[in-house]
Amino acid sequence: MDSSTLIAVASIATAGLTTGIGCMCPALGEGRAVATALTSLAQQPDASATITRTLFVGLAMIESTAIYCFVVSMILIFANPFWSHVIAQAGGK
Amino acid sequence: MNLSSDQQILWQHGFFKLNGTIVTTWAMMIAMASGAKLITRNLVAEGSISRWQGTLEIIVTSIEKQIREVGLDQPDKYLAFLGTLFLFVATSSLCTIIPGFQPPTGSLSTTAALALCVFIAVPLFGIGSQGLAGYLKSYTKPTLVMVPFNIISELSRTLALAVRLFGNMMSGVMIIGILLTITPLVFPIVMTALGLLTGMVQAYIFSILAAVYIAAATLVRKPKPDPEVRPAPSN
Repeated sequence: MDSSTLIAVASIATAGLTTGIGCMCPALGEGRAVATALTSLAQQPDASATITRTLFVGLAMIESTAIYCFVVSMILIFANPFWSHVIAQAGGK
Repeated sequence: MNLSSDQQILWQHGFFKLNGTIVTTWAMMIAMASGAKLITRNLVAEGSISRWQGTLEIIVTSIEKQIREVGLDQPDKYLAFLGTLFLFVATSSLCTIIPGFQPPTGSLSTTAALALCVFIAVPLFGIGSQGLAGYLKSYTKPTLVMVPFNIISELSRTLALAVRLFGNMMSGVMIIGILLTITPLVFPIVMTALGLLTGMVQAYIFSILAAVYIAAATLVRKPKPDPEVRPAPSN
């Protein structure tokens, strides 16, 4: 297997794995956050504005790790510097 | 596939390039500023308020309420900065309804610029309220050992602000583009609605996080009560 094939296989496999794991783990964390928020809303409905606002801020912080994984996958597929280098070399030959 | 509107070059003359991000940012700025100027020309304090003035009042008072809830007790000082952040990001995600519009916040340069504005504003507000010595002392707050960690956390949260907003906006646009090639009829509309929702939530998150960082920097600690003073025991 020459280097260009190896780069392609590694990029595609890593992109899929990154998105897969990067979507599972934040989803677990967000599920726990929402479950706890629902419990506290049931116990104290008066504080619902504060609880809801804090819940959304916390969910956005957790979501940002999923976004990091997504951005890395997009870079691997669409803006991959190693692949561009290989293509430039193959085009130059 | 172009990942952001930075790559659409609309006009170029030698070294100077006008890409899609610059054009959409300036168009939005001109539209928002001239709209606001037009609406606030004849403000009335009582009687029948025009509905445009009522809308702007609702927006301004709710932003002020949110800033106060974060813990900043003089929202007027911070209303201009935080309100502008929120309105810019919210308008940019709201305008994705317009066909052919690429939101300027979908480009890493715009979000990095906004995050840098927050990075510079936090020490400015902190020094303004605590003085230079007080602000620098707040870096040593738990212990002196924490100084490099506090500095690193400042840098990393600025980076997180930029990448979070960029990732959310860019992924929304990209999902819609990909779905248009696979199932062009119903799903792109559903994803546009979802992108609208996440865009507004991200606008709120960006400005609330900036407000929380400013509140942390401007927190003036109350002086501890003198332990020697004790009420005289009654005989």
